[in-house]
Amino acid sequence: MGAKFDVKVLTRNKVFLAGLIILFTVAVVAVFADAIAPHPYDEMNVSLALRAPQPQFPFGTDQYGRCVFSRVIYGTRIALGVGLVVVLVESLIGVTLGLLAGYYGKKFDKIVMFVTDLTWALPPLVMALAIVTMLGPSLINVVIAIAAVSWAQFARIVRAKTQALKNMPFVEAARAFGEGDLNIILRYILPNVLSPIIVLSTLSLPQAILSTTSLGFLGLGAQPPSPDWGLILSEGKNYIRQAPWISIFPGIALVYTVLGFNLLGEGLREILDPRLKL
Amino acid sequence: MSDLLEYAVRKLIIGAFVVFVVTVVLFCIMQLMPGDPIQLISNPRIPPEKIAELKKHWGLDKPVYVQYFYWLFHILQGDFGTSITTGQKVITLIKARLPYTLLLAGGSLIFQYIIAIPLGLMAAYKEHSIFDSMVVVSTIIFWSIPSFWLGILLILIFSLKLKLLPVSGYDGLSSLILPLMTATLPNLASTLRLTRSEVLEVLREKYVSTAYAKGLSEKRVLIFHVLRNALIPVTLMFFLYLPWTVGGAVIIETIFSWPGMGRLLWTAISSQDFPVVQGIIFIIAILTVVSNIAGDIITACLDPRIRAEIRGES
Repeated sequence: MGAKFDVKVLTRNKVFLAGLIILFTVAVVAVFADAIAPHPYDEMNVSLALRAPQPQFPFGTDQYGRCVFSRVIYGTRIALGVGLVVVLVESLIGVTLGLLAGYYGKKFDKIVMFVTDLTWALPPLVMALAIVTMLGPSLINVVIAIAAVSWAQFARIVRAKTQALKNMPFVEAARAFGEGDLNIILRYILPNVLSPIIVLSTLSLPQAILSTTSLGFLGLGAQPPSPDWGLILSEGKNYIRQAPWISIFPGIALVYTVLGFNLLGEGLREILDPRLKL
Repeated sequence: MSDLLEYAVRKLIIGAFVVFVVTVVLFCIMQLMPGDPIQLISNPRIPPEKIAELKKHWGLDKPVYVQYFYWLFHILQGDFGTSITTGQKVITLIKARLPYTLLLAGGSLIFQYIIAIPLGLMAAYKEHSIFDSMVVVSTIIFWSIPSFWLGILLILIFSLKLKLLPVSGYDGLSSLILPLMTATLPNLASTLRLTRSEVLEVLREKYVSTAYAKGLSEKRVLIFHVLRNALIPVTLMFFLYLPWTVGGAVIIETIFSWPGMGRLLWTAISSQDFPVVQGIIFIIAILTVVSNIAGDIITACLDPRIRAEIRGES
């Protein structure tokens, strides 16, 4: 695996490089949001409501006179933060269950597979909606709902790879040397399933961002005055005739970020695991 | 063929069990929700005879597990109770909305496949050509556009700027165009990518070289050997996408005020109208499970390799 992570190999892949550059700019914006944004994201000024883009408000203002540019800038933090947390949680659950189910097989495997089937008993969006209905609308509940819906992909892929690996000669050899199960799983199997996990994580991140903003758009995610892009878009939709800029700019930021991750993930797939099917 | 029948029966049993678990979860949620039937009944304005009648109707005078089977018995007959906000029967509400959602979801799936299959075949056949790169890049871009923003953008362009199409609601065929485009484009990208990668994989198979070696024409090989095999996983995806598209309709129907089941679900969730939420989720769960089983069985019919696997298993 070492050679595959050669910097030259990575940068020669144009798709990966494009994604990397996009995400670098997004990360810079998120980190330096306080310095870039000219106004606080919740500073209202009703006398300046629904102004078109102008030097003082590059993306115009919304119905409360808040600076759309500043809101979009601060929204970057929410999008990246939520995306990272969701992927961390779902990959932890999915990889652990996938490794255990693939390695031990039998009853445990059957149970894990049945639970993954259950998470697919409803389309992901509807499942997330159902969970949010139960827990109540908030950003944290959306994170829980989306992680609960999408860990199954990780489990399925890691399980399949683990099943193939556990009978390989080097694993047999480790077992013959008296290595414990935990050691075998962590030191012999996990490193070999790492590349699909990396690719899947990179491609799940934009999905997580799209799902949270979708729920935010439906009013079931982040609550006002949060600068969540989905929420800004749902508020902007009511003023689409008078102030289309509220609906245009957060969408561009969203597509730009999601595109960055998709390019990065596609590039990684080409480099690490071209035959991986997701 | 008997193996296939056994396979179908096994899938159906698992599917029925999944639906059973979904109903248990829905029932538990209903028990926990604020505004559950018991609370509704304890409203002092409702006369006691009516309460007794309702309690008997729903079996609320019995222990919880008996209540579950009472409830299950009712929903299996399509009786999901009445909407808390409108007072109408849930099944009547859903019946009125379902055709609109199916029109949107079905139409979008059909368009998606009609466009994706030839483009995917061509892109794979001319791998690394300019056309292929354009297809790959545009699919990644369309993948990255969320349907709710695409919908807003289309409204801005076609309804408000060009004034060609209605903004929202249902008012004849012209109001179908924008929601259909919004539902089709992002999924079109996935189907196109899948078709392309499946065709690429089949093109590397030995039986394709054999077909060429036999002296069959290019067209014949591409259509009868390559496409026929590449379309098997693409067909399977169709059955996976069907419920997903119905689920995705929640967003599209909300943007365009489309009178379908998705928007009904959204309004029901927003107003905590739980009987309606429950009814819709139950119907979508059934649709999903049935559609997945249909997909598995149809791919098994199309692909002798999968049939061989099934035979090996049983």
